[in-house]
Amino acid sequence: MQPDSHVFIFLNAFLINNFVLAMFLGLCPFLGVSGKVKTAWNMGLAVIFVMLVSSICAYGINHLLVRYQLEFLRLICYIAVIASAVQLVEMFIKKFSPGLFRTLGIFLPLITTNCAILGLALFQTNREYDFTQCLAFSLGAGAGFTLALILMAGLRERLELADVPDTVTQAALSLMLAGLLSLTFMGFAGLGG
Amino acid sequence: MVQDPRTPEPLSLDTLIQGIWRENPVFVMLLGLCPVLAVTNTATNALAMGLATTFVLLCSGVLVSLLRKVIPKQVRIACYIIIIATFVTIVDYAIQAISLDIHKALGAFIQLIVVNCVILGRAEAYASKNKVVNAFVNALGMGIGFTFALLCLGIVREILGFGTLFGIDLFGPSFQPWAVFALPPGGFFALAFWLFLFALIRKKRANGKEEIHAT
Repeated sequence: MQPDSHVFIFLNAFLINNFVLAMFLGLCPFLGVSGKVKTAWNMGLAVIFVMLVSSICAYGINHLLVRYQLEFLRLICYIAVIASAVQLVEMFIKKFSPGLFRTLGIFLPLITTNCAILGLALFQTNREYDFTQCLAFSLGAGAGFTLALILMAGLRERLELADVPDTVTQAALSLMLAGLLSLTFMGFAGLGG
Repeated sequence: MVQDPRTPEPLSLDTLIQGIWRENPVFVMLLGLCPVLAVTNTATNALAMGLATTFVLLCSGVLVSLLRKVIPKQVRIACYIIIIATFVTIVDYAIQAISLDIHKALGAFIQLIVVNCVILGRAEAYASKNKVVNAFVNALGMGIGFTFALLCLGIVREILGFGTLFGIDLFGPSFQPWAVFALPPGGFFALAFWLFLFALIRKKRANGKEEIHAT
């Protein structure tokens, strides 16, 4: 596969360099919202949407900044864009699904400080993707995040019923699971060829 | 900490210590895990990341504390983020000037300090309600605690994954490196083991106290 083809960029962000399990981005919601599969799925959708919006905005802003040679403002602009995109999603969800709004709770505004989203904007700038590549990259990253979240939620739902020693606290056990998942995902490394 | 959020806390040794041990951002509060796992494959990277984060913590803590009466309540989070982003930009350029190797090794994670929840958490929960000196001391404690946690992970992962410490060979050529610890899964496992260890220590202590009370 060509390294700059859209399929490869998508697969790379989705499986090979999964944002959560290989790059450690977005761990807070990964550990925080992965209690139930349903919530995980909704959270994943919200993140995909925010990623898509902020990726498109970041692409435009980067062009403007480069034209006026203001690259040092990049970080500040990106974070402002992401914060507004999250605000938008929040208002949207609050209006159309108040129940979902309550389940996501504090983790919805916290998408702003989700490093996966800022990471996405920074990586696409560093790798100099063009517009359609950016779209493929953000969709892949969002799908990868959702996949990791749902896998984790599925495992943790099973774990509720399991008998574990009580010194292994919640967090330590979740991290162990994440480690095993991450180990599994390393198997995809051969996919890129 | 349970207390009235509006009363400023008096300055004490506890202001410094709580961030290092009792409220350690990584091992107790599980905040800012992304850089903790991503850049701790060697002890050098861990130290550089810890220092950079500490610098941003200190500067943003002081500035937020100075401006705490000026910033309107409704837009405070946005203001904090902008303040933090400014200092992160400074750190990013500074590291690039000091050592290009470290800048390459840490990559985008220097800029990702912006979204480190430890820093925003401190600005919101402490610096915006306390005097400048308190905010400085508290941020220093948190920074040391964060760096300590990063080093704990970095040292273990470098020794097991590469057989070196700060780039110095420890075991000689016959050592077979445990490669998984240098790779992403190793980060998860190492942190899980540290958390397990601390939980064990805490449980032992609690049991000890109970026995004293019982007798």
